[in-house]
Amino acid sequence: MTEQAFSNIDAKHSESSGLRSIAADFSSDRSAFRNVSWGKAMMWIFLLSDTFVFSSFLIAYMTARMSTTVPWPNPSEVFALTIGGVTLPLILIAIMTFVLISSSGTMAMAVNFAYRRDRRKTAALMLLTALLGAAFVGMQAFEWSKLIHEGVRPWSNPWGAAQFGSSFFMITGFHGTHVTFGVIFLLIIARKVWRGDFDQERRGFFTSRKGRYEAVEIMGLYWHFVDLVWVFIFAFFYLW
Amino acid sequence: MVDVPLGPIGTAPSPATEDVELYHPHSWVTKYVFSQDAKIIAIQYSFVALTVGLIALVLSWLMRLQLGFPGVFTFIDANAYYQFITMHGMMMVVYVLTALFLGGFGNYLIPLMVGARDMVFPYLNMLSFWVYLLAVLILVASFFAPGGPTGAGWTLYPPQAIMSGTPGGQDWGIVLMLVSLMVFIIGFTMGGLNYVVTVLQARARGMTLMRMPLTVWGIFTASFMALLAFPALFVGAVMMLFDRALGTSFFMPAIVEMGQTLDRSGGSPLLFQHLFWFFGHPEVYIVALPAFGIVSDLISTHARRNIFGYRMMVWALLAIGALSFVVWAHHMYVSGMNPYFGFFFATTTLIIAIPTAIKVYNWILTLWRGDIHLNVPMLFALAFIVTFLNGGLTGLFLGNVVVDVPLSDTMFVVAHFHMVMGVAPILVIFGAIYHWYPKVTGRMLNDTLGKLHFWVTFLGAYAIFFPMHYLGLMGVPRRYHEIGEMAFVPPSAHTLNAFITIVALIVGAVQLVFVFNLFWSLRHGRPSGGNPWRATTLEWQTPETPPPHGNWGKELPVVYRWAYDYSVPGAAEDFLPQNQPNAQATAGLAHG
Repeated sequence: MTEQAFSNIDAKHSESSGLRSIAADFSSDRSAFRNVSWGKAMMWIFLLSDTFVFSSFLIAYMTARMSTTVPWPNPSEVFALTIGGVTLPLILIAIMTFVLISSSGTMAMAVNFAYRRDRRKTAALMLLTALLGAAFVGMQAFEWSKLIHEGVRPWSNPWGAAQFGSSFFMITGFHGTHVTFGVIFLLIIARKVWRGDFDQERRGFFTSRKGRYEAVEIMGLYWHFVDLVWVFIFAFFYLW
Repeated sequence: MVDVPLGPIGTAPSPATEDVELYHPHSWVTKYVFSQDAKIIAIQYSFVALTVGLIALVLSWLMRLQLGFPGVFTFIDANAYYQFITMHGMMMVVYVLTALFLGGFGNYLIPLMVGARDMVFPYLNMLSFWVYLLAVLILVASFFAPGGPTGAGWTLYPPQAIMSGTPGGQDWGIVLMLVSLMVFIIGFTMGGLNYVVTVLQARARGMTLMRMPLTVWGIFTASFMALLAFPALFVGAVMMLFDRALGTSFFMPAIVEMGQTLDRSGGSPLLFQHLFWFFGHPEVYIVALPAFGIVSDLISTHARRNIFGYRMMVWALLAIGALSFVVWAHHMYVSGMNPYFGFFFATTTLIIAIPTAIKVYNWILTLWRGDIHLNVPMLFALAFIVTFLNGGLTGLFLGNVVVDVPLSDTMFVVAHFHMVMGVAPILVIFGAIYHWYPKVTGRMLNDTLGKLHFWVTFLGAYAIFFPMHYLGLMGVPRRYHEIGEMAFVPPSAHTLNAFITIVALIVGAVQLVFVFNLFWSLRHGRPSGGNPWRATTLEWQTPETPPPHGNWGKELPVVYRWAYDYSVPGAAEDFLPQNQPNAQATAGLAHG
């Protein structure tokens, strides 16, 4: 326990790599994730928590699907659209998926331009992302109204197990709510970018904290997460 | 010699770590009501949680009156009894213990103990409290709703929870309960993210994770667990709400109610139990881990000894936290699961005994040859150890499938969980309040009243819950409004029930002494100074007591050592604060 035994935490950190580097980060003072801002850390942990929400929803749905006494409706037929006399299974879902995945691309580009402090392109790409997101929600609304029109209700449907409608409305509704919130926040942050809040470090209305371009990236994390969740919903609900 | 190195301390300028941009209040309202200061939020959380605790205490009185003197209090009919039992359970577990440990102690202690100015997101933190208050109001509102609160039992098992035979099942009760839980979870998530990120990313210079006081470790682990466990309850609540309000059949099998076949089929009641207990079992440890952490600090401080096996204590906390996610179905041995599941879950359940035993041994070894000060916080801490040990041992009984099956749904279970997650954490809460009250107010709580409070509470709790083990072994069922004439229940069981009730009334009444003490000492308590317990952790080293907005004045503290440098040989004082540099501390120390 002499002074010579004291080593420099930061020096130790810079020398190491891989697993040792992770261990060094976790044994360092101040922060466990070096160069990760509070906001970003919070978003990652929130998304972890939200993962448990969606996992619970999906597992619950799968349990219900396995425990029903009546056959489950065939999703390929239920979600088929007849366009120009041709019946295409899952066509609307395919388009929705394509739109949502594309919006992840535009979001990633927005993040890139945000770090180049390109105000206009960032805002434009965020608006495009929001537009794609809104289109997704719009198509979902169309899908809902079509199914409701065909007689699907949370408590029953014409084709089989009542849990089909319950799970469908619950899971897509919960995901759609996430997308809707995402669109709202995209618009709010796009407005801030456009107005130059992050260049001037203007303080937030509620939090009175300085705005930073990192907000775009944190928004992006959320948006990609919502996309990723959709992939699982697509796989487990529509393709199964 | 302490077994933890005093170093290392970085001298180079640190990499980019942000400093808090504090919100500076402009008016009385933003300073004390809609406050963004974690310390004010902590007091608000604690006040609301303690108030809910008093309501839940009165509910337990009413239950006990019915059990002790059946038929005497005619206003407690079967429906009312079930409503009291349900609300007592849910309030105590979620709205008192979780909120008090994480929202109350977490908010007050985390920023101070890790050397931060505040939580990392003060605005979100403020919202967390107000959303919590909303959840409490929704819950309490169900007392005044048509049909009263739900009487489904705190586990809210469907299908009975949403059927007409259960109080509140087809009225407002269950709806308000589920909505309140969902609101609570949203509010907790806001707070929980704050606690976790503050610990991970906003510590003081020199404060490594392995130098944090165990209190912070306990609250941190519990918050993280809560962020992963509450989602299951949230999903369960959403689905049950749909079953109740929209007529879906997630949890409803084909069922007959009052001779009528309901329009439901194909749902799985077991699914709810899985969702509920995937939350419910970690919840036990969400309550227990902060208590473990706090009690470690109380014992170390008041026995003037470093905590024994600090690293093992940390790893045991994390191991318990991780294991608690794979034991949930031990609450479901009699529910009709596949028997092989029971075998798996019994094994994992019993494995938890290992890290838990490590902790208990370490507490005892910390006390061994310590300079034990039998003041009020220490008394509560010692009481916790025995109580937790008792409750833990009966847990070993209930963790085994073959022993659990006959004991399931008897008073034995009631005795077990009240000892282990009712009385034990509440003893820690009392100890912690006596311990940190001087930091919050600048005055000591009255010692005589404190000792009175302690002895009546401690002995009373044993007088209440020990006999329940015997009742349970005799086969007296739990959750029965009236035992009535059962061949296997001897008359002595009724006498015992009356005895328990009388003690419960006395113990409940003594809590008013505690409440009086809290308010009386605010004015008349002995001024405490900044560090009355001569403790090492950072919260006792603040320049002012109570700490002002921003906690530390101009300079953030720098940490040079772990939290447990008590009675270091050769040091001038018998404690070395965490922010005391080595050169000062080791002056005159004759070793290399």
